[in-house]
Amino acid sequence: MPQMGESITEGTVSKWLKQVGDTVERDEPILEISTDKVDAEIPAPSAGILVEVGVEEGETVEVGTVLALIDPEGIALVDTTPDKTLEPDLVAPSLAATQTLDVSQSAEERLRTRSTPVVRKIAAEHGIDLTNIVGSGHAGRVTKQDIVAFMESSGATGADPPTISAARARDGVPIQSEPSSLWDSFYKEVQHPEYPVRPADQVEGMDKMRRLTAEHMVIAKRIAPHVHSFIEIDFSVIDRIRTLSRSRWEAQNARVSYTSFVAWAVSRVLRDFPMVNSVVSGNNVIYRGNVNLGMAVDLDPGLIVPVVHDADHLGLVGIGNKIVDLAGRARARKLMPDEIQGATFTITNPGVLGTVVGLPVIPKGTSAILGIGSIEKRVAVVTDQQTEMDVVAIRKRSLFSLGYDHRIVDGADAARFLSALKEMLESFPEDA
Amino acid sequence: MNSPHRSLAVRELGTIEYSEALELQAHLIRERREATIPDTILLLEHPHVITLGSSSDYAHVLLDAGELEKRGIALFEVGRGGDVTYHGPGQLVVYPIMDLKPDRKDLHQYLRDLESVLIKVACSFGVQANRDPSGTGVFTELGKLGAIGVRVSSGWITSHGIALNVSTKLDFFETIVPCGVRDRGVSSLERELQAPVCMAEVKECMVESFKQVFSS
Repeated sequence: MPQMGESITEGTVSKWLKQVGDTVERDEPILEISTDKVDAEIPAPSAGILVEVGVEEGETVEVGTVLALIDPEGIALVDTTPDKTLEPDLVAPSLAATQTLDVSQSAEERLRTRSTPVVRKIAAEHGIDLTNIVGSGHAGRVTKQDIVAFMESSGATGADPPTISAARARDGVPIQSEPSSLWDSFYKEVQHPEYPVRPADQVEGMDKMRRLTAEHMVIAKRIAPHVHSFIEIDFSVIDRIRTLSRSRWEAQNARVSYTSFVAWAVSRVLRDFPMVNSVVSGNNVIYRGNVNLGMAVDLDPGLIVPVVHDADHLGLVGIGNKIVDLAGRARARKLMPDEIQGATFTITNPGVLGTVVGLPVIPKGTSAILGIGSIEKRVAVVTDQQTEMDVVAIRKRSLFSLGYDHRIVDGADAARFLSALKEMLESFPEDA
Repeated sequence: MNSPHRSLAVRELGTIEYSEALELQAHLIRERREATIPDTILLLEHPHVITLGSSSDYAHVLLDAGELEKRGIALFEVGRGGDVTYHGPGQLVVYPIMDLKPDRKDLHQYLRDLESVLIKVACSFGVQANRDPSGTGVFTELGKLGAIGVRVSSGWITSHGIALNVSTKLDFFETIVPCGVRDRGVSSLERELQAPVCMAEVKECMVESFKQVFSS
């Protein structure tokens, strides 16, 4: 039990990470101990094979107690104690090769082989003898950069197993030590390529909001295969309701924008299209139990998406007031953290600035986003209800675009969703 | 501002899922070990979650799985020290990913340092919090204000950390026996002050206190 601090006299073995017979690398964690509020991994002091475990899980022992015995590999196999030779099948076959390498090493050579587990793993995969590499690390340690540089300069000689990492190494792509780190960097980290600066240019750091937006957009596009579908919506009925209700809303001090009508209708239609209100999570789909509408707000400069939580439980006026409140506080930078979290579907409104239609990016963690194009008077062919004749009329209309994650929402789903939304908006209930 | 002799990066993550924070920490631990990032502290809040440390007793979770699900509370067993605890909105969680090797290879000292940070933050809001010989964490007369549960990974790299109740809805703690201690209540800065406390301000104090404690 190592001394983990001046006042620490004992520790409890909470978990053995390695079992008797396992090969351990130097500095690789072999067990976890816990002492009051701290869990600590205890690394192997040297490489070798774990031959004996002296303390059971759950046992509390004093500092200085022998926890385990590690037999230094190779050395035990040949020169000193032949009777302690291990069963060959206790040693993983791929490691057996590297261990026999160690056997023939002088003390000086062994010093040069000192390296991290990552480096030894790369070396084993590519059949590289680490003694051939001059280490740039402490005391001649071979670092990951050293071995990557060595492979690039020598064309990675040796018996490369046809693994993905080997293939990538040949293309000069840095080797990932574990699959998960590739995963992490692909889905969690964003690096923006850099460009040379020209004399007349001005360079500024991105502020936090810009940086977060930039990262979010890259990740959102990486993860979701985006598809967009469009539908044209007639706002005549909504306009009539707005005209009829204007005085009543003014008396209530309510503000009910076109966007409020859309948000109300979306929150109702979403109930019938759970896949549009879902998110792909690993091999699962999480169908959200709430309808929380993210409403993109332009801060000029910047963009933030406050959330109308449980929009499907709010009436039209309630949604309208909530949107005005959130947008106002967004511009005043006074939103609470939970007011920008938890969106299950997003509405963005590029049309307010006059653009006809947008192709919005689906926010990470959701499966769809609706873009409202400009709502303007257009020439439309409509059928006169009395005469049943087609006539050319002037109607207030808008093109809506739905961006959706094709992993979970198919084109036909999107079309059905948009049609239902159109139906709802064009025959908007007067008691909403 | 002091100029600490070790540089400290601060990452504000807003509210993130517990599982996401676990993954991020695992990733940062590797990066810190390889010295590709400086000592880093993560400031965040979690959605409702109950976590069980390595010395946890399931009997200290007072709701069954169905009830937890109904209340939207996730449950995690994690490799940190300590017993059961609750995280949720209004609680500032700080996960330091630091290398203790250079000058701080002492687990107890590390816990005491984290307590100092919590005490300093409370103090800057006029709340007097203290250590208690009976356990790790910081306490006021009303109860436990800040909890600590830590992991030290191979190479003396820290993770997990501290949770300070700022405006936490304290009734959520009734779903557990916090840290296995039955006879003490829990408290929050807002409960102490009987007034709203601005999370952003608490974060600022937290960063400042970290710099003070860990640069000395």
